[in-house]
Amino acid sequence: MTSMSLAKALNAGLRNTLDTDSKTLIMGEDVGRLGGVFRVTDGLQKDFGEHRVIDTPLAESGIIGTAIGLAMRGYRPICEIQFDGFVYPAYDQIVSQLAKIHYRSQGQVKLPVVIRIPYGGGIGAVEHHSESPEAYFVHTAGLKVVTCSNPADGYTMIQQAVASDDPVIFFEPKRRYWEKGEVPDDVPAADWYPLHAARVVRPGTDATLVGYGPMVRTLLESAEAATEDGRDLEVIDLRTLSPLDLEAVYASVERTGRLIVVHEAPGTLGMGAEIAARVTERCFYSLEAPVLRVTGYDTPYPPSRLEDDYLPDLDRVLDAVDRSFGF
Amino acid sequence: MSESVPDHPRPLGEARSLGEAGTAERGFVQLLTPEGERVHDSDYDVELTDAEYRGFFRDLVLVRRIDAEATALQRQGQLGLWASLLGQEAAQIGSGRALRAQDMAFPTYREHGVAWCRGVDPLHALRMFRGVDLGAADPHAHNFAMYAIVIGAQCLHATGYAMGIQKDGQVGGDDGQAVIAYLGDGATSQGDVNEAFVWAAAFTAPVVFFCQNNQYAISAPTDRQTRVPLYQRAAGFGFPGIRVDGNDVLATYAVTRQALDDARHGQGPSFIEAFTYRMGAHTTSDDPTRYRIAAELEEWRLRDPIERLRSFLVRQQIADQGFFDEIDAEADALAAQVRAGCLALPEPTPESLFDNVYAGEHGALQEQRETFLAYQSEFLASDAETERSTVPGREGSRR
Repeated sequence: MTSMSLAKALNAGLRNTLDTDSKTLIMGEDVGRLGGVFRVTDGLQKDFGEHRVIDTPLAESGIIGTAIGLAMRGYRPICEIQFDGFVYPAYDQIVSQLAKIHYRSQGQVKLPVVIRIPYGGGIGAVEHHSESPEAYFVHTAGLKVVTCSNPADGYTMIQQAVASDDPVIFFEPKRRYWEKGEVPDDVPAADWYPLHAARVVRPGTDATLVGYGPMVRTLLESAEAATEDGRDLEVIDLRTLSPLDLEAVYASVERTGRLIVVHEAPGTLGMGAEIAARVTERCFYSLEAPVLRVTGYDTPYPPSRLEDDYLPDLDRVLDAVDRSFGF
Repeated sequence: MSESVPDHPRPLGEARSLGEAGTAERGFVQLLTPEGERVHDSDYDVELTDAEYRGFFRDLVLVRRIDAEATALQRQGQLGLWASLLGQEAAQIGSGRALRAQDMAFPTYREHGVAWCRGVDPLHALRMFRGVDLGAADPHAHNFAMYAIVIGAQCLHATGYAMGIQKDGQVGGDDGQAVIAYLGDGATSQGDVNEAFVWAAAFTAPVVFFCQNNQYAISAPTDRQTRVPLYQRAAGFGFPGIRVDGNDVLATYAVTRQALDDARHGQGPSFIEAFTYRMGAHTTSDDPTRYRIAAELEEWRLRDPIERLRSFLVRQQIADQGFFDEIDAEADALAAQVRAGCLALPEPTPESLFDNVYAGEHGALQEQRETFLAYQSEFLASDAETERSTVPGREGSRR
């Protein structure tokens, strides 16, 4: 166990993948000499060379499109998209090509490509630097979508994503990059928590809070605060968005009877909508209240002076908890 | 014929000279005139045996026949759509035959002639257009990637693949590998194609971009895509661009072979503009009489790639009527085989809907598959029940 930030944990995980598999490549804008704008790839080019850690031209579609060709040639590219809002120029290559080629080829072409995307708000950034585009990718068959919320998961999940034979969109909560935690760098990979499994990160009995990525810490803080009202809230970190692992959520709702789903992305047709529908289908008779959502609004991500109003926070989460108990 | 080809100024910044005056006057590399006269080019000449000349002729005729049969099958409702190569046979056979076994090709959805050169079963394309699959293939079986539908997307895949060849250390000698990416004139407007050019140049990737300028992107003429001749654009990206008579199979062969050799020897990318013409529709869905005039079509008919090679073969006494009859008979047999094969293509099974979406497990999709199978089996049980109840002597088996 070593204590380190999420950014460092991801760096350590990436370093392991480069070390253990000579076919892995890191490619993206400024990932080499600069080490990425968030320094997640810091020092990797120096240690593994320009042929393994590739500073690409500034063109997102090109990053993904050439990664597809490299994967066809037997490589395992790990692409970095510098910021969430810049993934859209690559959208066609991701959803029309990367996601579909395995299906089109009837399994004869595997594309083990990982796309790392720092996402979400809360760092006072300018436009296009704070978005949560996960639903677009979850909606696309052929892609797997995961997101980590802490350094331990960052370290293991990035290595599991690279080992996957499917394309994986790997969302990194940028406002949590600098938060530290214990990283199990001495645990063998066989004992790591599975990549495509949600996890109960705080057991509780009265209501269930579900979130992922940057929201998990907010949910834990909310649950802690709720104890002052005598409420014991369970918190689930989804971790995997496609496949969406709801077994832990179903089990939790059957015990607590209440569910609040929280995410930064706009609410309409977001992850919360899917989870609410699925939980209602499965756990209808266990629910004491409708499934509630706390999400970003259906607006573009606002100027940073307004992001505290936009982003779900402890108060909005606890307000939803109150509403749930009001039914 | 030079007056019928747009007169373009000599390209600037071209890394390779257009060679002798004759070529420059024509505006493109040509080794066989539309009348079937053999002309020479100091940069791009080829020496072929009689058997090789006859081989080119055979290829041209057979792929035209496959194409004609597929078009007929579409008209008869056996294919949902067909993208015809009529008129572009020389561009495809010339470039396709220039590939060596170790080279990799990334086609569009029209490269049936290149597929033929790679040894791909002609039914491959028909399966996709008939809708029994999505063009499934193992790209490594014939070093021929799957057809790409999204315009220009494959140029990036080709470039990435070429970067992989470089990483594998497979460039720099005669046994080196190279990649060819096919695209059309319309594709040159796409971002992905321009990004592929940037990438290929920046990494000196062993890739040849082979553009079949067939003059129209569905209905939009080339001047809606560009103000400069397409081959001149390459200079701006930092690699050679060359225009070749796309209806001259010898010239397309010579130019492509040279470009691939340059790539395999580590000299990086190049761009070939095969100046040609799509004689038919973009696909069987459109009506070319709405956007082009008969006179234009007639002018291009006089440059037919097969007729010019036939004239040459006759003139040089390389082939006689017996040979042509033999090829025609072979084409007839191949067409019959394609037709029968198309009609016999098996339907995909309903449950294959869920196959191969992912390489690994996906619980949510697995649930949907199980629900689907349970739902389907209700019908199967009900059908079986109905069948039993209507079989003579079995009445009464149903309550």
